[in-house]
Amino acid sequence: MSKPEELKYTKTHEYVHPGAEAVVGISDHAQHEMGDVVFVELPKVGQKLEKEKPCAVVESVKSAFDIYSPVSGEVTAVNAAVTGEPALLNQSPLENGWLFKIKPSNPAEADGLMDWNAYQEFVKQAAH
Amino acid sequence: MSTATTVRRTALNETMRKAGGKMVDFHGWELPIEFAGILKEHEAVRKSAGIFDVSHMGQVFVTGADAFKLLQLTNANDLRKATPGKGVYSHVTNEKAGLVDDIIAFCLAADRYLVIVNATTSTKDYEWFKAQAGKMLVKVENKSDDYSMIAIQGPNVPKMFDTFAPEALKLPRFGIVEKDLHGEHCYISRTGYTGEDGFEITAPHSIINKLWDEMMELGKPYGIVPCGLGARDTLRLESGYLLYGSDVDDVHTTYESGYGWVVSLDKGDFIGRQVLVDQKANGVKRRLTGLTLTGGVPRTGCKVFLDGKEIGELNSATYSPTLKKGIGVGYMTPADLKPGTPLEVEIRGRRVKAEVARTPFHKGTAFSKDLYTGKQ
Repeated sequence: MSKPEELKYTKTHEYVHPGAEAVVGISDHAQHEMGDVVFVELPKVGQKLEKEKPCAVVESVKSAFDIYSPVSGEVTAVNAAVTGEPALLNQSPLENGWLFKIKPSNPAEADGLMDWNAYQEFVKQAAH
Repeated sequence: MSTATTVRRTALNETMRKAGGKMVDFHGWELPIEFAGILKEHEAVRKSAGIFDVSHMGQVFVTGADAFKLLQLTNANDLRKATPGKGVYSHVTNEKAGLVDDIIAFCLAADRYLVIVNATTSTKDYEWFKAQAGKMLVKVENKSDDYSMIAIQGPNVPKMFDTFAPEALKLPRFGIVEKDLHGEHCYISRTGYTGEDGFEITAPHSIINKLWDEMMELGKPYGIVPCGLGARDTLRLESGYLLYGSDVDDVHTTYESGYGWVVSLDKGDFIGRQVLVDQKANGVKRRLTGLTLTGGVPRTGCKVFLDGKEIGELNSATYSPTLKKGIGVGYMTPADLKPGTPLEVEIRGRRVKAEVARTPFHKGTAFSKDLYTGKQ
């Protein structure tokens, strides 16, 4: 579905594929850091989300991680496959392991997020 | 705020890093939390073979004419069960029958014992034994800094020992044998913290990397994988094993922890015995109780409810890779909850349905009466 270069990234390691129906998930770096994902709790279709507010939970064996919405808007679809098979987040975070789709209420919000190069740099900095 | 204390590294640190270990600070020790992933490592141990660096564990040697006497005084279990070449799992109890530590005491000879203690408690245990020894004819030595330790665990591990140490295959569960490996005096015991058959080797730092490589080589046909603290925790919790500092401590007693079989009231006096006699007669008010749930992953500290009333919280909890659901243990009141009793666990402010479960949650090959004894 998405190439890493086509996505925008948050400092909390979510990605969004911008568009009228934007796709949200977690970065490959995030899934690697979390380890084996075993439980996913998604928002509901129709739910209104606010940028940078917790909207989903991903649990690995080790720990629980809040997922923050990269943009504000209304949830239009959720990926039921990941609730049934949470390992999809590890295997395919950018494709089969997406979390939900959102209709952005303010498309400009995504412009403020990091692009692929900036995100890679951000991850590198955080490692130090 | 980070403290100024430096993190301790085991003699296997470099090997762990090269093997891809994600290193974390574990109570002041730098150890791998995982390598290929907790689920893969967990499965390898349950189905075949895994290897752990457990060098943070401590070794206290108790020797002399009164070695038995000292250990009998300080332990709830009966050291008479530990005849030469055998060990017992036991609780070192304080005056209130709380746990100074949970240990394995191995009898090497009538007057020579090796006590394997927890990393965080080794100094405390050593000082406790010294203090209780008084004028006894006994020498207590904390040699934790002198030894490394590896655990090789899984149903296929005994087969790896056919050529490496056939004498170890004759050991019963909790048996121990002393053997020279790579020119150094080592201890091989049929013990572990995973619920699977396997061995732990206590060896000097100088040869531990050689031993690790040797085990990796011997384990190749069985797909042996290096395992981290993450899998160690999921494996031990499924097996119902206690984690000192989380499930037991200086306050909770052996009966409360559900490990009544460790207490030997008829062996004679020992520290804390009277409290345990009373608890045996009157029952306990709280007990470490297991539960399972499917609607999330329970974590340490989650509150537990029975009929809407809070009855305790979870001391240890995680996702069980074998059962594919959440499992946890916590001190609950009432202490006599029957398996199957419906409960609720609060996870992030939401009550999730759970039920009381028997522990161990899963019985691996370590619980088998029929251990591999070598090629016939």
